[in-house]
Amino acid sequence: MAALAPLSTYALRLGDDALILGQRLSEWCGHAPTIEVDLSLANLALDLIGQATHFLGVAGDADKLAFHRDALDFSNCLLVEQPNGDFAQTMARQFLFSTFQELHLHALASSKDERFAAIAAKAVKEVAYHRQLSSDWVVRLGDGTEESRARMTAGLDWMWRFVDELFQMDELEAKLAKGGAGVDKSELRAEWDRRVDAVLAEATLARPASRRPVLGGRRGHHTEHLGPLLSQMQFLQRAYPGAVW
Amino acid sequence: MSTAISWTTGVSPARTPAVQEIARVLSQVPDPEIPALSIIDLGIVREVHGDRVIITPTYSGCPATLYIEQSIRGALNDAGLAHVRIETTLSPPWTSDWISDEGREKLRAYGIAPPPKGAANASLRNDTHAQCPRCGSMNTAEISRFGSTPCKALWRCNACAEPFDRFKCH
Repeated sequence: MAALAPLSTYALRLGDDALILGQRLSEWCGHAPTIEVDLSLANLALDLIGQATHFLGVAGDADKLAFHRDALDFSNCLLVEQPNGDFAQTMARQFLFSTFQELHLHALASSKDERFAAIAAKAVKEVAYHRQLSSDWVVRLGDGTEESRARMTAGLDWMWRFVDELFQMDELEAKLAKGGAGVDKSELRAEWDRRVDAVLAEATLARPASRRPVLGGRRGHHTEHLGPLLSQMQFLQRAYPGAVW
Repeated sequence: MSTAISWTTGVSPARTPAVQEIARVLSQVPDPEIPALSIIDLGIVREVHGDRVIITPTYSGCPATLYIEQSIRGALNDAGLAHVRIETTLSPPWTSDWISDEGREKLRAYGIAPPPKGAANASLRNDTHAQCPRCGSMNTAEISRFGSTPCKALWRCNACAEPFDRFKCH
């Protein structure tokens, strides 16, 4: 893929995070434990795919970017591509990401670039719901039965090694943050820790032990889980390029 | 003479017949998911400015966005207003506070509890009890914060035992 302007790269990262998590969540459609949960997850997916459409639209042609790129060209963080696992693992992933995404978008709503500011100001209201839903489930499962607690513990443990990447800055994003268009994500970590710890305390869960962080999503170095996701998401446009409703 | 009407700022009431005619046509376009309300009742139309109509989506991923735009296009064309352009803006972000008083009454009559007003800056204040749109009881409980569309939550009335939708404060 040709090199993009820094703002486009940033928009691509934001868009890819939302798109891949939206696609992951949509895998639950028709399979969730109850009809209410099914509707909730589909709603979250819809919000995220809408946000992705807006961010990818800043980077270029949203549909082409979503359906005609290979795994190496995706710049989403590794957390969002992790498999759904059981419902607890899905909620663990959502809780960690939504808590981060809400902080990120809240800061981005003050971006000097009015396109980013507008998308973020809209999306942050939606993500507040995602954060609340997933926090509620972390508490309910964590402070639930022996079985639900074990599953939530395992879910958080699986996802924890992908947390550091959320806050990772590189030269490109540091420059954008300095110029006022982007956000210094490293500055969000303390507040994220505070919020996550508060929910974990309510859930009577211990914070997972620090693990060696796994990084690389922003540079296209993905885990083995992204490829199968893309093959499903992109199938139609790959088989019938340009197909429309 | 003013050539604009804005639902966001509440200023510049339309005076020119052309702008008034556009607003009249738009008030006849129903929301596809809640057809009892027009897109003006819901606050989706933000402004009519000369020959431009400015709309905003309720939620980022609202699947009705494209359909609404096509409905507006059709309604304008049918009214001989094919020259009027439709523009979409995300800013300022849509809030349920923009639902008109008339729209709130229509929601209630349709069986959907309207959102409390003044909720724009406290988007998660959905914990205040909704009034059952069927029997009027305040003895209600939330079943799920996410319902059949992004803008609605699922509630239940403990008095008449009926489930109902509540429009989310957003």
